[in-house]
Amino acid sequence: MKDSGLVVVLGATSAIAQAYARRRAAAGARFVLAGRREERLNVVAADLLARGAASAEPLKMDLSASGEIERAVETIHARFGPPQEIVVAYGILGEQAAFERDLAAARAALEVNFTSVALWLLAFLKRRDAAQPLTAIVIGSVAGDRGRRTNFIYGAAKGGLDIFVQGLAHAYAGTPVRFVMVKPGFVDTPMTAAFVKGGPLWSSPDRVAADIERAVRRGARVVYTPWFWRPIMAVIRRLPWFVFRRLKI
Amino acid sequence: MDQNTSQRQQVYAWGRLQPRGHVIVPASFADEMVAAIRASDQRPLLCRGLGRSYGDVALNGDGYLLDTARADHFLAADWEAGVVRAEAGLSLDALLRACVPRGWFLPATPGTKFVTLGGAVANDVHGKNQESTGTIGCHVRRICLARSTGEMLDLSAGEPLFAATIGGLGLTGVIVWVELSLLPIRSATMQVETLAMAGLDDFFRLSTESADWPYTVSWVDSLARGPALGRGLFIRGRHAETGALAAHGAPRFTVPHAASYLLNRGTISLFNFFYRTRPWVTGRTIMHYDRFFYPLDSLSDWNRLYGGRGFFQHQSVVPMKNAPETVRSLLELSAERGEPSFLAVLKVLGDRASPGLLSFPKSGVTLALDLANRGEGTRRLLDRMADLVVAAGGRLYPAKDATMSGEAFRAGYPAWRELEQHRDPAIMSDFWRRVTADAA
Repeated sequence: MKDSGLVVVLGATSAIAQAYARRRAAAGARFVLAGRREERLNVVAADLLARGAASAEPLKMDLSASGEIERAVETIHARFGPPQEIVVAYGILGEQAAFERDLAAARAALEVNFTSVALWLLAFLKRRDAAQPLTAIVIGSVAGDRGRRTNFIYGAAKGGLDIFVQGLAHAYAGTPVRFVMVKPGFVDTPMTAAFVKGGPLWSSPDRVAADIERAVRRGARVVYTPWFWRPIMAVIRRLPWFVFRRLKI
Repeated sequence: MDQNTSQRQQVYAWGRLQPRGHVIVPASFADEMVAAIRASDQRPLLCRGLGRSYGDVALNGDGYLLDTARADHFLAADWEAGVVRAEAGLSLDALLRACVPRGWFLPATPGTKFVTLGGAVANDVHGKNQESTGTIGCHVRRICLARSTGEMLDLSAGEPLFAATIGGLGLTGVIVWVELSLLPIRSATMQVETLAMAGLDDFFRLSTESADWPYTVSWVDSLARGPALGRGLFIRGRHAETGALAAHGAPRFTVPHAASYLLNRGTISLFNFFYRTRPWVTGRTIMHYDRFFYPLDSLSDWNRLYGGRGFFQHQSVVPMKNAPETVRSLLELSAERGEPSFLAVLKVLGDRASPGLLSFPKSGVTLALDLANRGEGTRRLLDRMADLVVAAGGRLYPAKDATMSGEAFRAGYPAWRELEQHRDPAIMSDFWRRVTADAA
């Protein structure tokens, strides 16, 4: 079909990544699907092929294993050529209280959600040929906009990622490399299985995916999804401390 | 954010009559569906897809509900032959988006595309082409069924458990995936002809005169009485030969939560009047399949229109020889009770047998009508209607039903004991409890 660009999805079994990949598959994209669970990667690959993907190759690996990232990027280039798009969609939400009790878990969450993602981006950019256009889509979170008592470990990692991607966008201004920082609010996915859902603030993976697609098309650098999180977070960021400190959010 | 899923959640069926508490077990991939039926601490279990069943076939009060709607992957698709295999949670909506641009359509489809493949098979759904093409079960090639014993069965036609699973109300195990044959089309549009019916006689006449139209259905003004009884519109269609293969778009409107009691006798008579008498209504036209098959899908959450107490649907089938008389009595009953029905639909069903053991359609005439819940009076009316149907040798559709007696069910579905024998002991539904509890 029309679009056979290579899309590398890190965390390909995540609900948001799948919803986005399905949209790209309908246009005929090629995929490398990286993640831990091979059986599920195969299912996602079959699904994308049925929906029109030109190819879909599972790549089983531990995405947070920082030592293997450069080699993996090399393998992807060697086997499939340069990616047109990278989607970073893996992460751990975890539970704030558990992180505060178990420092190993806190460290893992910080490394998975921030360090490894940063290294993946650096590795792809390092390996990239100068003229090659590339779009990096990074799934952040509204939790990264202001530290809050209920999830500041996760929030700090996502907030750090926000700064990191900001810096990359600055560094690559004027090149064909583009960055899209996606900041979803509450999305009804397996990651949020522990919450009782429903209500106007909850969104679906497909709605988020549609927003990402639009942001990529328009060249937006930061996309809040759904849109109403932008004003909500603008207010939360600006709340004066004497108000904010009383909030149980 | 300290809510937790281990608490019970109140779940409504489509009729929104009475929510019941369930523990929800979400599944995003087939392996999670299999794990759920094997877990001995999640019983009794029942699969639930997109929640379009009206009554209680997809409720399992105080038990576990396996939410399959996220396990929606295609596992294989042969777009040359028109055969797809997909996890049970794939919606017909998503299937159409994928298959229509490639020149394929659902071989049978209910009046909404927001049902899952698993739910469609478990209720052996039919559509406006039932006479020529049968139910969806007629087009299922294979089913993968996970049982609480740990077995994973790959079932196909001829096997007793295959027959029990089609129309088996989800009771025989967890349907993990389904392999379905699709119908070739050349266009996403439909040739449609709409004709006025002055009464029931017109319905029977037009039904026999429409043999070369694979899709037929008629809409009846349920408030009409006396000689006007059965007046309405007869609609017949076929896939157009030319036109783009463009899939449908997204729903356009949502009914707000506050829309209680928008439907009452006054608004419904007004609607029925305008729907029937708009001058452009009759004649031939070309329309997209979405408008032809799924007119209500453009209105999200339309079930809220019936207000806080919810609504019932009566859908029955009566053998042809008793149909004129019984359908007349059913329409008279509902009209004289003054229970307004927004949607009253009549259709002739053919004799193409489904492999399903407890499939609803059989040769005759089916009538479907919605009734707002007005309490005991509505239930009494539904009972009287069910009595008429059973006396005429007919039966009611479990996917729509919330009130039929065990006796009425068992009279309509004498094969129910066979299904009970094939039922996975880890699975139960409120419907099955209701209609089998008083069996000898």
